[in-house]
Amino acid sequence: MRIGIGLPNTIPGVDRDLLLEWARRADAGPFSSVAVLDRLVYDAVEPFTALSAAAAVSERVRLATMIAIGPLRSPALLAKQAASVATLAGGASRLTLGLGVGARPDDYEAAGVEHSARGARLSEQLAYLRGGRGEQVYAACDGVELLVGGASGPAFARMARYADGYAHGGGPPRAFAAAAVRARAAWSDLGRHGRPALWGQAYFTLGDADRGAAYLRDYYAFTGGFAERIAAANLTTARAVKDLIRGYAAEGCDELVLLPTVADLDDVDRLAEVIV
Amino acid sequence: MKVSIVGAGPAGLYLGILLKKADPAHEIEIVERNAPDATFGWGVVFSGETLGALRDADPPTYVEITDTFARWDTVDVRYRGRLLRSRGHTFSGIARRRLLAILQRRCQELGVKLEFGVEIDAPESISGDLIVAADGVNSLFRRHYADKFGSTVEPQGCKYVWFGTDLVLDAFRFIFTDTEHGLFQVHSYPFDESTSTFIVECAEPVWRRAGLDRMSEQESLEFCQRLFADDLGDHRLMSNKSIWLDFQRVSNRTWHHGNVVLLGDAAHTAHFSIGSGTKLAMEDAIALAAACIRHTDVRTALVDYELERQPGVERVQRAADESAAFFSRVVHSTHMAPRQFAANLLTRSGRISHAGLAVRDPEFVRALEAWFARSSGGSGDARFAPPPLFAPLEIGGTTVRNRVVLESRRTAMADAALAGAGLVTTGLVAVVLDGRISPHDPVLDDAQVAEWRSAVDGAHEAGALAMVRLGHAGRRGATEPRDRGVDVPLRAGGWPLIAASALPYGPSARTPTSMDADDMERVRAAFAGAATRAAAAGFDALELDAAHGYLLAGFLSPLANRREDDYGGSEESRLRFPLEVLAAVRDAWPAERLLAVRLSITDWARGGVAADEGIELARAVAAAGAQLIHVEAGQTIAGGVPEYRRGYLTTLSDRVRNEARVPTLVGGYLTTLDEVNTAVVTGRADLCLLDLSAIGPVEEVDQ
Repeated sequence: MRIGIGLPNTIPGVDRDLLLEWARRADAGPFSSVAVLDRLVYDAVEPFTALSAAAAVSERVRLATMIAIGPLRSPALLAKQAASVATLAGGASRLTLGLGVGARPDDYEAAGVEHSARGARLSEQLAYLRGGRGEQVYAACDGVELLVGGASGPAFARMARYADGYAHGGGPPRAFAAAAVRARAAWSDLGRHGRPALWGQAYFTLGDADRGAAYLRDYYAFTGGFAERIAAANLTTARAVKDLIRGYAAEGCDELVLLPTVADLDDVDRLAEVIV
Repeated sequence: MKVSIVGAGPAGLYLGILLKKADPAHEIEIVERNAPDATFGWGVVFSGETLGALRDADPPTYVEITDTFARWDTVDVRYRGRLLRSRGHTFSGIARRRLLAILQRRCQELGVKLEFGVEIDAPESISGDLIVAADGVNSLFRRHYADKFGSTVEPQGCKYVWFGTDLVLDAFRFIFTDTEHGLFQVHSYPFDESTSTFIVECAEPVWRRAGLDRMSEQESLEFCQRLFADDLGDHRLMSNKSIWLDFQRVSNRTWHHGNVVLLGDAAHTAHFSIGSGTKLAMEDAIALAAACIRHTDVRTALVDYELERQPGVERVQRAADESAAFFSRVVHSTHMAPRQFAANLLTRSGRISHAGLAVRDPEFVRALEAWFARSSGGSGDARFAPPPLFAPLEIGGTTVRNRVVLESRRTAMADAALAGAGLVTTGLVAVVLDGRISPHDPVLDDAQVAEWRSAVDGAHEAGALAMVRLGHAGRRGATEPRDRGVDVPLRAGGWPLIAASALPYGPSARTPTSMDADDMERVRAAFAGAATRAAAAGFDALELDAAHGYLLAGFLSPLANRREDDYGGSEESRLRFPLEVLAAVRDAWPAERLLAVRLSITDWARGGVAADEGIELARAVAAAGAQLIHVEAGQTIAGGVPEYRRGYLTTLSDRVRNEARVPTLVGGYLTTLDEVNTAVVTGRADLCLLDLSAIGPVEEVDQ
């Protein structure tokens, strides 16, 4: 199993120096990818912009959205953004485009996009990214690895129909395992060969646990009671990180992305020490 | 900490005990609307693992509880005059009244304040650092904060009534009795030295036909007493406010709101047919008490409790859903031989498989396997037999050597046979070039017969039979190869698409033309021609693909078929063209070879074919000559709502096989031989499509 690290693009207050240095250290470290989150109505850096910055200061590491809320963008704009990052990264093979519908109606409202049609809109985007309309699709998109997230039956079907793999939304290994079964079942149902790529994610800080928890409570405040659950699951010790890695590896995860909850560069180094 | 617990059932009392034990400084008050000795229902059941948790949590009550236990390890199934027994299922039962008395005493001993006969009208009247709503299935707190908890409460399963009896059983006993009104079933189990619980259940229409909807409590008791006279003998049924009920299935998105937390039935219920309600409630109490010990902050503790409990409870609820559904449709399984019926019953919730049954009761499984081998044409004197998947299947004039089907490309058919499959099936083989899904898909025209012949010969040499799946992609045609997605239209080239109606399949798909009479004639002829060539190529079985939204499936579903002629509208009209094709194939295909139809039994989409209608379709297709139904679901439209999990089609296959009474082949992400054994021996399917990705070469097992 490969391990990636999140870029703190949705932690309020991050600046140019921190994001660039974070990406440089990730590229120099034992990580296979740097990944970004997507949140419109929040003090956050837009994911493709953040990946562009990371692309400019890195050579090796894979760049990933984990996930980007596809329907907030038109299919052509999304394809253009992905193609642009791929170009800046030196090739589509360095980009993993994880897409989902997100969970936040206020993002849709702000983007002026109808929330109720989000699933259908994501399917249209995926078909477009695959070149389904035979219209102009950006050639640089063609080698981009596509992941789809979500926990509903239609999400799994959409993943198996259009994507290369599945982006899980986080939780204990047991939850990942249950989702992996559904992803593989969908893959088989749609007649795809082999198995879907399986990406997992989890939050961590190996520094200030209280700050990490406070960030998660704030970021997920829109979920009501669930913010506490997400904050409670934050990995705050080396032991917890290692246990989770072992659990995900055992369930067949291909790439686990550890997302920061504190924008502290020392956390990149601490995590690097834990995973080597 | 001041803790107010509403409801003095097992969950509330046990939580009081555990919290007080953890810190005697806690001020704990339990209020209950009823009197201390008032209780509904009779005995409750615990499994072995629950007992371990009770022992660790509070040894004194554990000793008292287990001292009064009725224990048994047998499940009896009384059915068609036979009594089948399966051992190795460890259960214990206790009178609910006794359990409550033990817990109440322990509360008093520890200094937990108990107040009975207190009616709570408004949640606001209760205060405390922690407020525990252990007030049962009709929880006032849950109803008050229903939107905060995200509550769902809906009736589930059959009508039921909960009696006691002085008949002391030595097992958990299921009784199935046919009447002129319909099927009745009993769930009964002992709970002390003189009494058993006796739950009577039947479908709602049966209940009405029997007049039970109009009977008094006493009349319905007498009705049941007469109905089960053979089992009860001289013993009598006893009522304790025993009236007919609908089981209420309760679930909540979250179990806490502020400092209010739901416990036991207030938070979740699991259908009584798996006997887990009290077990779950007491496990809740243990988890909540442990969380309160780990965290000083109440809200953190409640989050921890919920994280700890929800996944396990949801698993039990899913098993209970399967069990409730089993009893709702069990009337369709009463044609089964008693031993198979019992096996189907014991594996109903998905928690016990064939292998699990063999661990519990090797003798039961030995008899089951021997019976299955015998019913599959084996010797009547056999005392033991190979696992069920190795029983040959005689079907459509041919014999398949075992129950495993593997799907294979043409070039790998011999390999699939060597891997062990009884039947090797192709993927979709198009009956005409324009019926392909993608440009590289196989077809079966005159030029390919020889190549197919040699592939089929390869499978035969390795001992397997070969099946061809003939189809026409319809509106799902002319797409890019599947390695980078499905239903992605060809970027360049392609061919005109035809379908029942001029509706595109999914986003960015091309719009097909609606088929006219000439198209229909061409398609019928193409299927018949391909069937003739498939026979020439040596295939032993032919599967007509009428599933997954391809051309024939498109006629069957109102979501894809908007025709206003004789081929659209009613179920009969939607069936017309697929049945015409089936008839054309039937004529062209040798009568002594197996003819199967692959069918989406449900569209998994609003406004589409649902399972009840899908079973009707299966019945019609079988009546028209299909000897095997390959059970599929969904993909009728791109936007359906599939329900993926392990074995997600097995229950549908069970329904088709036992309601339409036609042999079935089922896949649905089956990855283990145990799943195959379980499905075939319990009569849920006749053949299983094993997922090839899950059974790699044995050399790779250690890697």
